Amino acid sequence: MSAALDAWPYVIAAYAVTTLGTAALLGWSLAALRRAEARADALDRQGKG
Amino acid sequence: MHRFANPARFVRLARPLTAWLGWSGILLVAIALIGGLILTPPDYLQGDTVRIMYIHVPTAWLGMAGWTGIAAASFAQLVWRHPLAHVAARACAAPGAVYAAICLVTGSIWGRPTWGTWWEWDGRLTSMLVLFFLYLAYMALAQAAGREEGGQRIAAIFGLVGAINLPIIHFSVLWWRTLHQGSSIGLTGSTIDERILWPLPIALVGFSLLFLTVVLMRMRAMLADAKVEARLKRMARG
Repeated sequence: MSAALDAWPYVIAAYAVTTLGTAALLGWSLAALRRAEARADALDRQGKG
Repeated sequence: MHRFANPARFVRLARPLTAWLGWSGILLVAIALIGGLILTPPDYLQGDTVRIMYIHVPTAWLGMAGWTGIAAASFAQLVWRHPLAHVAARACAAPGAVYAAICLVTGSIWGRPTWGTWWEWDGRLTSMLVLFFLYLAYMALAQAAGREEGGQRIAAIFGLVGAINLPIIHFSVLWWRTLHQGSSIGLTGSTIDERILWPLPIALVGFSLLFLTVVLMRMRAMLADAKVEARLKRMARG
């Protein structure tokens, strides 16, 4: 390994990619779920009303 | 397994489970990342770049676990015609693709200070890249299939055939001895020092719980969409 290179920028970049990627995946899945369940609930209410 | 064939029963079980898995996963990942960044010593040879292992190894595992999930669900779809199998397989695809991509990126970031290169057409790296492209192809195929049974069967066959790549990824470091190092952790133990190793199993469990959370959320969303579609069709017929 190259001792001249400071490892921390690489470590921080790798952690940023992973945490942001995971957060985006969770946020996107949760938003899709909320949208889908809201549509289903709205249709349920419409059916009962 | 057929106990959960009823989507309503599955959703009743999945709803509380999603929150539990999600919060447990976030807690474990936070502990592992703090441990990996602050509490563990640098490696005597790799220095601080060893800290990338705590995220690279779980993402590699999940990239492969995602396709294992697709293959298992595809098998259940083709053999037992389990009504939730196609939904489960589709739900595994996007998180599997995301983690395969993160694995490739974090591996590349680790490779630059360690190997002196961002990329090498090494057996492990190339087979992992193939896995990422297989995910993209599967998602396109499953999306195109929609609710048509014939299309869903083609996607399931593709899911099973694509699983051939999993042992290739696993054994690539033995078959083609190029840049990527061999396994440091086996069934009988590990060659990594305990003081460096301890956050890794926590990260593996934590990221796996988050993966399951995403799969459950995506399955619930797909089932809700299917319910809306079926209801609208009934309303259109009068």
